[in-house]
Amino acid sequence: MEIAYFIETIIKIVVILLIFSALAGIGTYFERKVLAFMQRRLGPVNVGPFGLLQVAADGIKLFTKEDIIPTSVVGRIFKIAPVITAATAFMAAAAIPFLPSFTIFGYEVHPIVADINIGILYILGIMGVGLYGPLLGGMASANKFSLLSAARGAAVFISYEVITGLSILAPIMMVGSLSLIDFNQYQSGGITSWIVWSQPVAFILFWIAAFAETGRTPFHLIANDHEIIDGFGTEYSGMRWGLFFIGEYANMFFISFVISIIFLGGYGDGSFLGALGLLGKVAFFFFFFLWTRAAWPDVRPDQLMWLCWKVLMPIAVINIVITGIVMM
Amino acid sequence: MFEAIAFYLFAFLTITMFYIAVTTSQALYALSALAAGMIFISAFFFILGADFLGAVQIVVYSGAVMALYAFGMMFFDTTREVKEKQGNKAIIIGLSTLAALMVVVIVAAPIVGNNIEALYPSVDATKNVQEVGMVLFTKYLVPFEVAAVMLLVAMIAGIVLAGKKMDLSVTLMNEAEIMMMKEEDKNKKAHS
Repeated sequence: MEIAYFIETIIKIVVILLIFSALAGIGTYFERKVLAFMQRRLGPVNVGPFGLLQVAADGIKLFTKEDIIPTSVVGRIFKIAPVITAATAFMAAAAIPFLPSFTIFGYEVHPIVADINIGILYILGIMGVGLYGPLLGGMASANKFSLLSAARGAAVFISYEVITGLSILAPIMMVGSLSLIDFNQYQSGGITSWIVWSQPVAFILFWIAAFAETGRTPFHLIANDHEIIDGFGTEYSGMRWGLFFIGEYANMFFISFVISIIFLGGYGDGSFLGALGLLGKVAFFFFFFLWTRAAWPDVRPDQLMWLCWKVLMPIAVINIVITGIVMM
Repeated sequence: MFEAIAFYLFAFLTITMFYIAVTTSQALYALSALAAGMIFISAFFFILGADFLGAVQIVVYSGAVMALYAFGMMFFDTTREVKEKQGNKAIIIGLSTLAALMVVVIVAAPIVGNNIEALYPSVDATKNVQEVGMVLFTKYLVPFEVAAVMLLVAMIAGIVLAGKKMDLSVTLMNEAEIMMMKEEDKNKKAHS
């Protein structure tokens, strides 16, 4: 029994790794196409039908490009930083139920690697650790702009971690559990039982903080575009830079899963339609990340801090207090 | 069997990481090794079935060490090695060995004396969070509240120390006002 469980877990891990690494590549394709559509451009069109093979071309380029390690960097930290970003992104996925459990060849499969009973806390913690990637990359690069970007990254992370934690506390109080499966069960009664109707404020706050957690525009301060260079990634080339990219996109997918499961009912009652619904919600949230990038400029760091500490945090605390009073 | 493998693996990793943190003269190595060691420690909580404490270990220490990085950024050029002033090595090694030995004795003595037992043994691993909450708000209510008050004091002290111009918000000011503020600052400096 234990061996079977062991093998099953390994297979799950490999499948998730493969699917989401590939999705990260395809995600870049979608991002380019969506941005191009919104900005009245064409996006990738030359490689393959509709430019679909652009993903493969990028992959070949990233894998075969020379891996440059500048002389004055702190070698080991510089090398390990991109691995941290990618690895932690996938580690966080261990506690996410991607689909309802289904039966294949008479064997029941739960599409979650580890159903630990503190799923949300684990996911948020590991995603937080993911910010060590940009931080270490920036600090080890021996480059002033990389260092600045790392400092901004640490500031944003430490601030918005507070918002994520506080905003999610109110739904946790309602459900009374930290497991994502329990969250799904709580909302399995259809659209009317979704937590978003009873906790709209927490939903919006968590959504805003998700942009900061994944480092996406309008909170894209870890790689500030107006410095023209790529922030912490300036000194990186080849696949090490690619790992940062995979980590960022995998994080976007995973946080989309988390938002859908916590606030929008997840896979509902576990039917096939429910599973499709979950994928649809995830697709919408991923699309929204791209939409925001096309529609909004980056905010200034001081505006970001002002928004976090003087607007979002008080709202989150008030939301928790009101939830507590109502529940009593 | 998996438990034993995991325990020895993470024990080895944790000790290695903290060894690096102590011995290296490169600030970035030390900080990264410290962070890694802190995160590896959470594995022991997971092995023991204390999932909640394990996750809290990761959340708290990843944030705390992140703040240490910020200090490193401010005080050192983290890409260069720090030249440490090393005094009498015999005293350092002697004192640290003594301290380590004392910690081992303090922790091991009640286990050897065989009178250690869990005051609130965990009955059901799935009710981890509830049990921690129960114990915190009944048995350990006073220490919990005292810790909360201390944190509040620290927070207010931090605000008072850092907030010299808290009533001003650069975000809400327009360019002209910001320029005027800068001019005033310059004049003040010139006068003093």
